[in-house]
Amino acid sequence: MESEALGWYGVPIAVLGGAIRVSTPFLFVSLGECLTERSGRINLGLEGVLVMGAMSGYAVSFLTGNAWVGVLVAGLAGMALGLLHGLVCSLARVSDIAVGIGLMLLGTGLAFFLGKPYVQPKAPTLPALHLGDWSASPQIQAALQINVLFLAGIALAIAMAWAFRATRWGLIVRMVGDSADAARAMGYPVAAVRTLCTAAGGFLAGVGGSFLSLYYPGSWNEGLSSGQGLMAVALVIFARWRPLACFWAALLFGGAGAIGPALQSVGVTGGYYLFNAAPYVLTLAIMIFTSSPNRTLAGAPGELSVTR
Amino acid sequence: MSHDLHNRSRRTALKTLAAGAAATAASPLWLPRAFAADFVVGVIYVGPKDDYGYSQAQAQAAAAIKKMPGVKVIEQEKVAETTDVQKVMASMIEEDGAKLVFPTSFGYFDPHMLKMAEKYPQVRFAHCGGLWTEGKHPKNTASYFGYIDECQYLNGVCAGHATKSKKLGFIAAKPIPQVLRNINAFTLGAKSVKPDITTQVIFTGDWLLPVKEAEAANSLIDQGVDVITMHVDSPKVVVETCERRGIHVCGYHADQSALAPKGYLTGAEWNWLTPYTTHVKDAMAGKPLNNFLRGGLKEGFVKPSPYGKAVSEGARKQADAIKAQMMKGDFAIFKGELKDNTGKVVVPAGTVHKQTDVVLEQMNWLVAGVIGKV
Amino acid sequence: MEAVAALPANAGTRAPLASDAVRRAAEGLLIPLGALAVSMLLFGVFVLVLGKDPIAVYQLIWKGAFSTSFAWQNTLQRAAPLILTALCVAIPARAGLIVIGAEGALVLGGLAAAVSGHLLSGHAPLAVQLAMALAAMTTGAAWIALAGGLRHFRGVNETIGSLLLTYIAIALFNHFVEGPLRDPASLNKPSTMPIDEASMVGNLPGLDVHWGLVFGVVFCLACHVLVRHTVAGFALRVVGGNVRAARLAGLPVGALILGSCAVGGAAAGLAGMVEVAAVHGSANASLIAGYGYAGILVAFIARHNPLAIVPVAILVGGINASGSILQRRLDLPDATVLVLQGIAFMAILAAETLYGRARLFQPRGA
Repeated sequence: MESEALGWYGVPIAVLGGAIRVSTPFLFVSLGECLTERSGRINLGLEGVLVMGAMSGYAVSFLTGNAWVGVLVAGLAGMALGLLHGLVCSLARVSDIAVGIGLMLLGTGLAFFLGKPYVQPKAPTLPALHLGDWSASPQIQAALQINVLFLAGIALAIAMAWAFRATRWGLIVRMVGDSADAARAMGYPVAAVRTLCTAAGGFLAGVGGSFLSLYYPGSWNEGLSSGQGLMAVALVIFARWRPLACFWAALLFGGAGAIGPALQSVGVTGGYYLFNAAPYVLTLAIMIFTSSPNRTLAGAPGELSVTR
Repeated sequence: MSHDLHNRSRRTALKTLAAGAAATAASPLWLPRAFAADFVVGVIYVGPKDDYGYSQAQAQAAAAIKKMPGVKVIEQEKVAETTDVQKVMASMIEEDGAKLVFPTSFGYFDPHMLKMAEKYPQVRFAHCGGLWTEGKHPKNTASYFGYIDECQYLNGVCAGHATKSKKLGFIAAKPIPQVLRNINAFTLGAKSVKPDITTQVIFTGDWLLPVKEAEAANSLIDQGVDVITMHVDSPKVVVETCERRGIHVCGYHADQSALAPKGYLTGAEWNWLTPYTTHVKDAMAGKPLNNFLRGGLKEGFVKPSPYGKAVSEGARKQADAIKAQMMKGDFAIFKGELKDNTGKVVVPAGTVHKQTDVVLEQMNWLVAGVIGKV
Repeated sequence: MEAVAALPANAGTRAPLASDAVRRAAEGLLIPLGALAVSMLLFGVFVLVLGKDPIAVYQLIWKGAFSTSFAWQNTLQRAAPLILTALCVAIPARAGLIVIGAEGALVLGGLAAAVSGHLLSGHAPLAVQLAMALAAMTTGAAWIALAGGLRHFRGVNETIGSLLLTYIAIALFNHFVEGPLRDPASLNKPSTMPIDEASMVGNLPGLDVHWGLVFGVVFCLACHVLVRHTVAGFALRVVGGNVRAARLAGLPVGALILGSCAVGGAAAGLAGMVEVAAVHGSANASLIAGYGYAGILVAFIARHNPLAIVPVAILVGGINASGSILQRRLDLPDATVLVLQGIAFMAILAAETLYGRARLFQPRGA
């Protein structure tokens, strides 16, 4: 998988720039979901959390004048929604998938409702790091204008991969996700671990949302997310619950999304709907070629309801 | 026995429910009444009414109508172009007593508004953008629209002066006549300054896709485009992206100059207050419905944004001169000979289309100089 | 609303005397109703915090959704498409699949209906309508069966598969409607060629509700019989309960998975046909109205029970209908409805945990 994702570094600058610009929310949401799913729960409602994060981040940035406070509050708002999901799902016989869909509705609804006054104002946005200044080409300069959150996302992916493998906390999360009975036998509080993981996942998704409203495209309105949160959840299964693969998947998906506009801007004008569907076709194609009917998905947490 | 008891409990419960319903029916005073004394006007938006764009332009007119004495305005936003909008129109009429309805999205016209107009012949319907046709459409329906391509032509003039690369960009939702007319007018305006200018078009595929619109703007800028305008529902993202990348931008729908203090040249704005006032006044006075209401700069249906700092003296002069001609009503944007971008003659030499010409509302070509395909 | 809140306690005290079937029915009815009452209270608090009068809001919700025959027609019309799209989730769910691709099946079904309806224009209306329904259902069935097939034969997770297929379906739909299949006369609203006026299915006699409602209810009844009273339905539930056990028992797992997906897809496809034949008269972007996504929620609230889908869809339709009057009378934003739905559904889903808890509802022998 990594090799395919690496291949995208060879395609034109617009796609590279697009990948960097567009991938960050996918990355954060999928890392959050990765953590949640590793603990054995699925939260399909991160779309709602993402939108809530986008709204609250923008609103707080506008009110305080500091975009970073906005990012923090976006994370906290996401954490609150994640906590809600975690607590409700801790009740016996409650379907985490269904609650996720309910949360999607609630999060979007709250964000739209409370976000009305912030569509018009212009809030301070996050600064960019100009990593392309060595180049004389303005295109490369623009493509390599990178937000700190993107780098933070990469660091987080690496840290998460390491933590799952090598820390006690990571092992506990994985054990809870693979076999609740075994974890219980070892004396770990299964529901509490899952709830914490869902809340932490919500925090990350909220931060991902704030990237949309505070950096790219960098404003708040009700059409801001066209399903990025939902797709990011799907990307986790695609990435086989590996944090580093989530990064490549997000980059691939972001880059593929840039193909449509990039092709039109160089004069390939027909069939733009089909080009715009490239990320979905690509994801589906890779899934078809890499899945197998004879075994359960490699890396799937044993307790996860979607894969059981 | 047990059944009996259970039934009794159900009956009691039902009674309680019925009592509750009766209490509701005997509506207390604090509930907003159907607004009997006032002339009720319903306005329906397809998007949020604060979208910095299409719906907001309509909502601004609705807000001004509210101040007219004896008028009560009721509004509903984000109404889908499905049976939803039929039910919303019917609710406004049945539940609130609306006498005049403004369904403001193009997709509301056929079949939704036509169906409701047939059902409620005593109510007036004024639709934005539709092509009302005598004999084909009910008498109690009307359409209003503005010749915003006049402002797009002026956008093009300013863009033509501002561009150094001679490459302009146009970010549009879908290739429909209203959009194509704007793209063509913008390009013709620019070509009147520098004939070898080209306009690169990107269709995003839908009316509100902020990430895709930002991507489109970035792609265009990467290709050397240095002035961009757009026809999407909410231009905010495109305007802000252009400002961030340091290029010029022309606005659309509403005044977005505050979003791009450095790069904003001018913009094409609606002024829906004019048709709204006409329809409301006519309806209140019992005058017949004006079924086909159109106007441009001269009639006050559209207006350009004030010039931004980046507009040069020469650009201002030329744009002002053309605007003065438009205000007098003797400027034609589409006059022969015009070829489309495949080389076909679309307006033969000697033909001059007046703005009111409905042929222009059926435009299905892109003028030479536009890079893109319908 | 207070009356509804009073219901559970009131009836609960008398339940011990009722028969087992009544107890189970009461449980199935009272738990969601109780949750609904709680969520109305929560929503009231939310409204109060925002400085609006919750009582006025409750009354308007009641007025807009259920108080008059006009309100009922409004509600039923909004419920109609959701019944069919909910089936697209509920039936595969019986086989243990979580399919969220109803939107894709709906738009492609609508496209197939519009194309076949136009090709057959001039023929007897009933024949055209049947052909449209058949084309739409086949297309929808094939599309969702594709997701099921990818799952069964390639091991592609059906939830993400059906979601991706939805995005692809919408892209294909837009491409055809605005490209090769566009009616050149459809100016500012790109559409396919219209079907004959005579072939439209129209409204139920005397009502402002289209035939989609009846189609949906009939489809639900048929699915209920299929799932509850046929061998195939039993086998389906076995597959949904435990695939390995089903394989060991020699059940045709693949056929059951594909079949359930096809039935669900057919329902969503039919919803697309209804949109074309009862509302729009052609296929255009208005078909992409989110009915497919709303159906997911309806199905989960109805616990994938075909009969429960109808009242749940009516509840959702009612909330949507009342959202309209809330906006107009109280100047509340449209998202009010989303908030109310979100709270209500979270509460109803959380209340799932109560099933089998209250001893009052349990059969005596248990």
